Amino acid sequence: MKYLFSVLVENHAGVLARVSQLFSARGFNITSLTVGETEDSTISRMTIAVDGDERVMDQVKKQLNKLIDVIKVVDLTNVPQVERELVLLKVNATRQTRSEIIEIVDVFRSKIVHVASNELIIEAVGHMIKIDALIKMLKPYGIKELARTGQVCMARTE
Amino acid sequence: MKKTGSEIIIDTLLDEGVDTIFGYPGGSVISLFDTLYNFSDKINFYLVRHEQAAAHAADGYARSSGKTGVCIATSGPGATNLVTGLATAYMDSVPMVAITGQVASKMIGNDAFQEVNITGITYPITKHNYLVKDVKDLHRVIKEAFFIARTGRPGPVLIDVPSDVQKASCEFKKITNVEMRSYNPTIKGNIKQIQKAVQMILHAKKPIIYAGNGVIISGSQNELKEFVEKSGIPVTMTLLGLGGIPTDHPLSLSMLGMHGTAYANRAIQESDLIISVGARFDDRVTGKLDEFAPHAKIIHIDIDPTSISKSVNVDLPIVGDAKGVLKELNKIIKKCDIKNWVDYVSDLKKKYPLSYTKSDKVIKPQFVIETLYDLTKGDAIIVTEVGQHQMWTAQFYKFQKARSLLSSGGLGTMGYGFPAAMGAQVCNPDKLVVDIAGDGSTQMNIQELATVANYQIPVKVLILNNGYLGMVRQWQDLFFDKRYAGTCLGRQKNCKPVCAGPDKKCPDMIPDFKKVAEAYSVKGYRVDDPKDVKSVLKEVISIKEPVVVDFRIEQEENVLPMVPAGAPLDKMLEHGLS
Ligand SMILES: Cc1ncc(C[n+]2csc(CCOP(=O)(O)OP(=O)(O)O)c2C)c(N)n1
Ligand SMILES: [Mg+2]
Repeated sequence: MKYLFSVLVENHAGVLARVSQLFSARGFNITSLTVGETEDSTISRMTIAVDGDERVMDQVKKQLNKLIDVIKVVDLTNVPQVERELVLLKVNATRQTRSEIIEIVDVFRSKIVHVASNELIIEAVGHMIKIDALIKMLKPYGIKELARTGQVCMARTE
Repeated sequence: MKKTGSEIIIDTLLDEGVDTIFGYPGGSVISLFDTLYNFSDKINFYLVRHEQAAAHAADGYARSSGKTGVCIATSGPGATNLVTGLATAYMDSVPMVAITGQVASKMIGNDAFQEVNITGITYPITKHNYLVKDVKDLHRVIKEAFFIARTGRPGPVLIDVPSDVQKASCEFKKITNVEMRSYNPTIKGNIKQIQKAVQMILHAKKPIIYAGNGVIISGSQNELKEFVEKSGIPVTMTLLGLGGIPTDHPLSLSMLGMHGTAYANRAIQESDLIISVGARFDDRVTGKLDEFAPHAKIIHIDIDPTSISKSVNVDLPIVGDAKGVLKELNKIIKKCDIKNWVDYVSDLKKKYPLSYTKSDKVIKPQFVIETLYDLTKGDAIIVTEVGQHQMWTAQFYKFQKARSLLSSGGLGTMGYGFPAAMGAQVCNPDKLVVDIAGDGSTQMNIQELATVANYQIPVKVLILNNGYLGMVRQWQDLFFDKRYAGTCLGRQKNCKPVCAGPDKKCPDMIPDFKKVAEAYSVKGYRVDDPKDVKSVLKEVISIKEPVVVDFRIEQEENVLPMVPAGAPLDKMLEHGLS
């Protein structure tokens, strides 16, 4: 099962190394990790997606909390939340295929951010599932390059 | 007032009550050492002969007293030499602050001379670490380091200080109160959980208390004793929990685990409730995990939430300091109605006592430990190295008091004992401090003979010399067809390729420990005859200077009982393999 943690940490050197070392030392594989400053510039937010079972995740959560530089760990796995990821895709586009691709891009409400004679760069934002679906649709045209940011999340309050 | 980084370091250490430092100098800490030189009336500095020993000495100082130990080393190799000492302290939750020099700030990352990324190296083996790049942060960082090291589950903290930061200066203002938004350990156990625990305890038919290092660290041996006596529940201890309750207390089952007593292991396997106090269900304790205490529910009292449900599934967790939790428990606990169980356990004690085959021809290691106990009655600080001698000490020395056994439990570091004993002795100048050592382990930090000689630190090193890396040899004896690969310390160039044990043609043991001691101006003894054990020990104990005794013991003696690695606790070898 995939788990999602939002972790508030002190914004200084070495914190990312501590967190990632915690995962690697226990053999947990991070599927996605993003880091950025929050509204308070002394605090960063890490959004971490990990695969594992409940027992392992329980340990992960506790181990994260144990790190001195970690201020707060929120488990977003089972709470209402908004989850987004941004992806850039460089896709082959010939005169014949270009309009088809543009149609797909429209359906997914994504954007074309660069056009060249034989390729397009597409920017898409959304839930990981949507991004995966878009990638699948574009694959037949030939994806030359792909860059994903990893997920960022925020809990929703009703 | 303006102060230099080095002055700030020393001032802050004094502010934290530090009066003893173990260390070794080098290029990147010259400035700090120079400042330290001005404070020799307030801080006793001990120059060790290897940085690993500085770390272990700080560790022994801390374990014997509960105070935070301090060590200093230079950058690069000085810092890497601390690594084993830090890992040892980390595994056993020892409060320690290590200060390392670093190359000048602007050189960091350039592979400068004696540069090593020591914070990176020590992430996994310190509770926390710091690289201080601005002299203005230095005071706060050191205050935080001590706060982190001694609170919650204690542990070592490393502070890396570039040489230019030691020389730089800034306005100095003392912080009185350390506050960290990201660190506030849970100290007080949840009272509802404690009440639930009492209900579980009163309903249990075969309860057992399993006490670990947390009891020692939190200083709750009195509370534990009260809890044991009020409830009437038998208690077993981990290696590091020894001294938590007197070994000869009627309800004590002594140590459990791989080389624990048969009665402790049998009792815990049959129990229906385990009350764990400051212990972490280490694999040397549980044996085969799936078959550990199959009928038992588990109450786990621990200050570190990560220890709970890490290996065994816990039914009732109580996160908090053992002392506070035991105090609360003692307020409401009643005598348990478990006469049958207590009788049964007492019977086990009678039926399966620790024993060994006595001899008047060759010195039995267990006999040395028993004699030492008879002569000291538990009034000594016993430090051990790692190996068979460590286990015999745990089995045959009847520990009476908390902090009377210092041993590397989690990491099992050979070479720990001698320098740790040094640290303990410095902290407890009037106590008898004994390092029970193996011939292998002793040689891992034997250079410290110079330190104890120079400073006249009167530790007694008792070497149980079997000529082997005995603990490994024992596994080879039992599980590898007696193929003593790489474990004979006497093996020489012209020995036969495969050798299954000592005989009369074996060459003389190297080194002669008595001569080594004497070369360092330390008194040395050698004992071969069991008849001399008592008189020599008696004499040695009365000498107020460091002593080394080389006891030539039965070479192939094994530590029994033994739970083979990966076997359940009740599948013990009690008399070796037949
Ligand atoms: C630094 C280190 N290296 C290796 C080991 C593995 N080891 C555990 S016990 C032991 C033998 C110790 O020999 P000795 O000190 O003579 O003690 P004995 O078992 O003979 O009493 C060894 C090699 C260890 N624990 N620590
Ligand atoms: Mg030996």
